[in-house]
Amino acid sequence: MKKVIEAENLVKKFGDFTAVDNITFQVNEGEIFGFLGANGAGKTTAMRMLCGLSKPTSGEGRVAGYDIGKEAEKVKANIGYMSQKFSLYNDLKVWENIRLFGGIYGMGSDEIKEKTDELLKRLNFENEKNTMVKSLPLGWKQKLAFSVSIFHNPKIVFLDEPTGGVDPATRRQFWELIYEATDRGITVFVTTHYMDEAEYCDRVSIMVDGRIDALESPMKLRETYDAKNMDEVFYQLARTAKRNGG
Amino acid sequence: MKAIEVKGLKKKYRKTEAIKGVSFEVDKGELFGIIGPDGAGKTTLFRILTTLIYPDEGEARVEGLDTIKDYKEIRHIVGYMPGRFSLYQDLSVEENLTFFATVFNTTIKENYHLIEDIYKQIEPFKRRKAGKLSGGMKQKLALSCALIHKPKVLFLDEPTTGVDPVSRKEFWGMLKKLKKEGITIIVSTPYMDEAMLCDRIALISEGEIMKINSPEGIIDEYDSRLWKIRGEDMHRLLKDVREYEGTESCYAFGDSLHITLKGGEESIGGLEKFAEEKGHGKIRGEEIRANIEDCFMKLMKK
Repeated sequence: MKKVIEAENLVKKFGDFTAVDNITFQVNEGEIFGFLGANGAGKTTAMRMLCGLSKPTSGEGRVAGYDIGKEAEKVKANIGYMSQKFSLYNDLKVWENIRLFGGIYGMGSDEIKEKTDELLKRLNFENEKNTMVKSLPLGWKQKLAFSVSIFHNPKIVFLDEPTGGVDPATRRQFWELIYEATDRGITVFVTTHYMDEAEYCDRVSIMVDGRIDALESPMKLRETYDAKNMDEVFYQLARTAKRNGG
Repeated sequence: MKAIEVKGLKKKYRKTEAIKGVSFEVDKGELFGIIGPDGAGKTTLFRILTTLIYPDEGEARVEGLDTIKDYKEIRHIVGYMPGRFSLYQDLSVEENLTFFATVFNTTIKENYHLIEDIYKQIEPFKRRKAGKLSGGMKQKLALSCALIHKPKVLFLDEPTTGVDPVSRKEFWGMLKKLKKEGITIIVSTPYMDEAMLCDRIALISEGEIMKINSPEGIIDEYDSRLWKIRGEDMHRLLKDVREYEGTESCYAFGDSLHITLKGGEESIGGLEKFAEEKGHGKIRGEEIRANIEDCFMKLMKK
């Protein structure tokens, strides 16, 4: 199976604090990979390294076929990224946001135009093309932000708590968009604090004190930890943490 | 007298109606949850009740005091922990706490028993600047600062947003203890599972309260039969169930799907058969009791 992420003995230290403590794992092409952990467990630091935003102190990693230490710029160009906090420019129209991100990722004008129409149609957003993003309802913004993050057809998209704060119906619609993206061959790497969402992932890793202490399918994790749901699995693992992050 | 009385409250920001006529009451000593997504109007409601903004219409009373006329008195008797971190980043942990105590004309010593459980977890770091604390520690400091003057009513606006499930459980444990001290607590959250930890909850969406009751009461009022099914390929099963003509609603819930059928159908046998024909093997529907998310989604549809 092709790997989209290969991390080997990745370490990140800040002074004498080891934020990420020697993690090794792979993410398969087309997979939905859930990246869980308590606050302060090292998720954000690990994710920043995988996105080419922060150089590992030691260890190696390849993302979308490029070395995260030596080819960080190529990594950035070949991934998508979306977080709840940073997503779209509120003071730009819907089509302007799409145009901007398409341009940043080096797509040509014709391609952007063609794909914009296609995207708006697929999302049923044709009437909102000229709407300012700030006046869209939150759920729509999230849909748009996700679509923009995979507009340049990256091999993998990183989603950092994409569903925080939305209503339960919108949260579920969002996961349907994730499934659609994987149907188109995009690999999804997602963090969340909703444990029911961990169940929607093909495999889940759980970080504790900078280490990956578990990595399996949700079903296997439930069996291993003799838990009735992922919430219990998470609880069993996270409470062993020594760090005072949470 | 009630701890909080709100009648016909409305608030608009330019064209956006943040609150569209909200009324409710909270009893003294109650742990009352305001549950709803971002943009539902939770923060606006909190800011009116803590006298930071005026409503356009309606009235609100806290401990019998009017939020407009008696705003000064209200400010003495409420504690407020806003959603965004509200402390002075350049002051140390201890300086922040001392500052809030002084503003309210009290000392850390006087009400130390109230914050002891919470504060002693961050006391080892009392000389650290607040801006350098981890998320969980900031949350504990903010709660300590909101409590230091022994408020009668405590307002917590999304204290657990972005917090992991273990730390959230711990935080709710702290609230349970404060409740025993007789403090009325109003807490908002977008996490539906936290609703179960409140005495009563208001489900809020788009500026309107859809329902107020105890969590169990809200679940009892859920009037459809609800089934749960599982399959090998959950995503394909979800799509197929939605295609079935008898399906009213179908949502993913962790490792299973929750389903209601049209016209209050008596049996899920038809759907089981349909799923088998679609190649999902033997699927067994199990009737279950709704949870708060089921209730919330059903109310939103109305």
